[in-house]
Amino acid sequence: MDVESPEHTREFAEVDINNGAASASEDEEEEVPAPGSVTLGNESSDRDLFVSALSPSSIGDVHPLQEVLTDDGDYFINIVVSDPQKIGDGMGSYLAYKVTTKTNIPKFKRTEFSSMRRFSDFLGIHDLLVGKYMRLGRIIPPAPSKNIIGSTKVKISPQQSEPGTPMNQEWVEIRRAALERFVHRTAQHPVLRVDLDFMNFLESDQELPRSVNTSALSGAGVIRLFNKVGETVNKITYKMDENDPWFDDKITEVESLDANLQKLHNAMKSLVTSRRELSLLTGLVAKSAAMLSTCEEHTGLSRALSNLADVEEKIELLRSEQANSDFFILAEFIKDYLGLFGAIKCIFHERVKAFQNWQYAQMQLSKRRENRGRFELANRADKLDQAQQEVDEWQGKVQRCQQQFDDISAEIKREMERFELTRVKDFKVNIIKYIEDQMAHQQQIVSYWEAFAPFAREIV
Amino acid sequence: MMDGTDDSNLLNSPSATNNNGSTMEIVSPTNPLANPLASPAAAPATNGSGSATSPDSSSSAPATPAAPVALGENALHVEISDALSEKEKVKFTVHTRTTLPGFAKKDNNVVRQHEEFVWLHDRIEENEDYAGYIIPPCPPRPDFDASREKLQRLGEGEGNMTKEEFKKMKSELEAEYLATFKKTVAMHEVFLRRLASHPVFRVDQHLKVFLEYDQDLCAKPRKKMAIFGGFVKSLGKTTDEILLSATVRDVNDFFENELQFLTEYHGHLREAAIRTEKMTQRHKDVGDSHQKISNALTQLSTTEKGNVETFVAKTAEIFERIKNLETRVASDQDLKLGDTLRYYQRDSDAAKALLIRRLRCLAAYETANRNLEKARSKNKDVHAPLEVQEAETAQAEACEKFESMSACGKEELIGFRNRRVAAFKKSLVELSELEIKHAKTQYEYLRQSLLALKEIA
Repeated sequence: MDVESPEHTREFAEVDINNGAASASEDEEEEVPAPGSVTLGNESSDRDLFVSALSPSSIGDVHPLQEVLTDDGDYFINIVVSDPQKIGDGMGSYLAYKVTTKTNIPKFKRTEFSSMRRFSDFLGIHDLLVGKYMRLGRIIPPAPSKNIIGSTKVKISPQQSEPGTPMNQEWVEIRRAALERFVHRTAQHPVLRVDLDFMNFLESDQELPRSVNTSALSGAGVIRLFNKVGETVNKITYKMDENDPWFDDKITEVESLDANLQKLHNAMKSLVTSRRELSLLTGLVAKSAAMLSTCEEHTGLSRALSNLADVEEKIELLRSEQANSDFFILAEFIKDYLGLFGAIKCIFHERVKAFQNWQYAQMQLSKRRENRGRFELANRADKLDQAQQEVDEWQGKVQRCQQQFDDISAEIKREMERFELTRVKDFKVNIIKYIEDQMAHQQQIVSYWEAFAPFAREIV
Repeated sequence: MMDGTDDSNLLNSPSATNNNGSTMEIVSPTNPLANPLASPAAAPATNGSGSATSPDSSSSAPATPAAPVALGENALHVEISDALSEKEKVKFTVHTRTTLPGFAKKDNNVVRQHEEFVWLHDRIEENEDYAGYIIPPCPPRPDFDASREKLQRLGEGEGNMTKEEFKKMKSELEAEYLATFKKTVAMHEVFLRRLASHPVFRVDQHLKVFLEYDQDLCAKPRKKMAIFGGFVKSLGKTTDEILLSATVRDVNDFFENELQFLTEYHGHLREAAIRTEKMTQRHKDVGDSHQKISNALTQLSTTEKGNVETFVAKTAEIFERIKNLETRVASDQDLKLGDTLRYYQRDSDAAKALLIRRLRCLAAYETANRNLEKARSKNKDVHAPLEVQEAETAQAEACEKFESMSACGKEELIGFRNRRVAAFKKSLVELSELEIKHAKTQYEYLRQSLLALKEIA
C-alpha cells in the first residue's frame, strides 16, 4: 500500500486506532468497535437526543430483525405526506407536513397512524439513518435538499397557514412530493423501516427534538459541507487494489448508469421547461383568438374564433398538466435515482475506508511484530511482555477490521441486489404510469377539438 | 462531413429539375402549402384564397396537371412548376398556359427570382388605375437562414453525437428545409394565381411581361439603401395615414367603419400570427426534447441487461415516435392556423392600403371642390371664365375618380371579406380535423405501446 502520499497520511492520522481515545471526535474512530455495539460519532450530539429514550441495544436489534424481514412478501407499509402547513411567522416560521402511515408490520403498535413533521425532521431522520447504517453498507435513500431561496419565499409570504402564491404552492408541492418519495423509499427497505428512530418518526405524536445539524446556514451545516468536500477529495485520490472482481464490475456499471441517467435527467428537464413555456404561449394564442373574435365582424367566424379561444385555453391547462407528469413522473423520479446512486457511491466509499482500516491495522501489526522480534533478539524480557500484548491487541484489531470489511462487502452485494430489483420495477412502473397519463391527455385533446369542430363547419 | 459539397448537395435537393409537369409532388397546385410531414390528403391549400374565390374558377381549379386539358376562352393558368434553391437565391420556373389574345405563346416557361416578384408587385401597386383594387400582397422573402444555421451547428456538433443521431438529425433538417422551401414556392404561386384570376390584373401589361419575357427583369436585389428608403416610405405612409384619417371626414359610413375595423383587425391578426408562430416553435422544441430523451434512453439501454434492456429500448422508441407525432401537430398548426393568420395579416394590410388610397383620393376631390369654389368666387363677374371651366373639369374628374374608386373599393372589400371568411373556415375545419386525427393516432400508438411494454415487463 502506498503510504507516501500526503492524502493517505492525513487519512491515517484520522484512523489512528491505537489512540482511539485521543481522537474521539474523529469520524473514523467509529470504525473500530465490533459490529453490533453502539457507535458514536460527530453526529452523536443530536443522535443522543433521539436514542436516549431507547435502549442502547437498539442498533443491536438490527441483525435478528433483518433475518425476519428481508422477505417483503406479506408486509406492506404505505406512507402519505400531506397537508403542508405554515407554522409561525416570518423567518422563524416553518412548514409542517402530516405523515400518515398504513401498515401491517407487527412491530408498529397500530396499523394506521399519523404524525406532524417539519422539513428538518425529515433531514434529521435521514442523517440518523446515515449515521447508523451507511458504514454497514446500506443504501440510505437521500433526503430532498435544502432550498433556501424557495423556503424563504414561503416563509415571508404573508398567509398564515396557506402556502401562498401559486409559485410558492408549486414549490411546496414539489417538496411535499419529494419528502413523500423519500419516506416511502426508506419504508420499502426491510431494515430501515423497522429502525426504532424511523418508527418513532412515523408513530410518535411527540415533537421530535430539534436536530441542529440540518440547518443549511448553521455552523454545523458549513462544517458538514467541508467534510463532504474532504471526502470527495479522498474518493478521487484513493484507489484501492481491488481483489473482488464483482466490485470492479459494479463500480463501472454504477458509474456508467449514473452518467446515462444524468443525461436523461437533463433531457427531461428540458422537456419540462419547453412544455411549460408551450403552455404559456398557448394561453397567449387563446387571448389573441379572443381578441380577433371580438373584432371580427362576420358572426359565424367570430363565434368560431371565440370557441377557438376556449379550446386553446383548455389546451393551455392540459399542456401544464402534461408538464406536471413530465416533471413528477419522469424528471423527479430520475433525480431521485441520481441521489440513490450518490448514496451507493457513499457505501462503496465506506467499504474503501474499511479496507484502509484493515490495511492500516495489518501494517501496525507487522510493525509490532517487528518490535517484538527486536526485543526477542535483544533479549529484553521486560519489554517483551508489553510487545507481545501489543501484537495480540493488533491481531484482534486486524481480525475485527477484516471482519468489518468482509461484512460491508457482503452487505453491499445484498443491498445492490435489492436495489437493482427495485430500480427495474420502479422504472417500469413509472414509464407505464407516464404513458397512461399521456393517453388520457390525448383523449382530452380529441374531446376538445371535437367540441370545436362544429363551430368551424357552421361558418357560412 | 459538412463541407461545401455536402452543403450544396443538400441545398439543391429540393429541386426536381423536370419541366414536363410531373414535378407535381413538389409543387402541386392543389397543395400550394403541402407539408411533407402532413399526409397529402390532409393538407390541401391553406392560403388558396386566390383560387378559392377566383372568378374564373374553371381555369384555376386544379385540372390534373399531367393532362393539360383544353383551356376555355380567355383562360390564364399560372403555376410554379419547378424551383431551384441556390446559395442566396431561389429560382422559380413559372409555367403559363393561356388562351388570352395578347400572349405570343400558349404555353411558356420563364425563370424568375423573388426580386422579380417584388418588382411585379411594386409595378401593380404604383399603377394609378389600380388604386381601387386590393393589391394581392407580395410573397415574403425566402428565408432559409434558420435552417442553414441549424445545419451549420449540426456540422459543428458532429463530434458530439453518434452516427445514427447525426444521420437522423441531418435528415430531419433536410425535411425541415424542404418544408420551408415548398412553403416559399407555394406563397409565390399564390401571389401569381391571385393576379391571374383577377379580372383586371390578369390583363396587366407588367404581368404579361413577367410571364413572357425570357430575360432578367433587371430587378436588382434590394440594396441596403433601398430597404432604408422603403422604411422611410412606409414611415411616410403611416404619418400620411394618420394625417388623412384625422383631417378628411369620410362621407361614407361603410368605408369609415371598414378602415377602423381593418386597422384594429390587422393589429390583432399580426399579434395572433406572432404568438402562433412562437407557440408552434416551442411545440417543436417539445418534440426535440422527446428526441433527446429518446437518445438518452437508447444509450441507457446499452448499460442495461436482458429484459430491462428491451424495455428501455422500447421506451426510447416510444419517445422518438411521440417526437414525430408532436412535431407533426406543431407543423400542422403552423400550416393551418399560422399561415392563414399570416396571409390575412398581409392581405388586410393591402385592403387597408386601398382605403388609404381612397381617402387620399377623397382629399383630392375635396381640394378640387374648394378650387372650384375659389375660382367661381374669383370670377363672379366674368362670363364663362376659362379658370372656372378648368376647375369644373378637374372637379368632375376628381369626383368621377372618387366615385368609381369607391364603387370598386366596396366590391373589393366585400370580396376580401368573403375570401377571408372562406379561408378561415377552411383552415379551422382542417385544423380541428388534423388535431383530432393526430391525437387519436397518438392515443392509439400509446395504447399499443403500453401493451407491448406490459408484455416485456
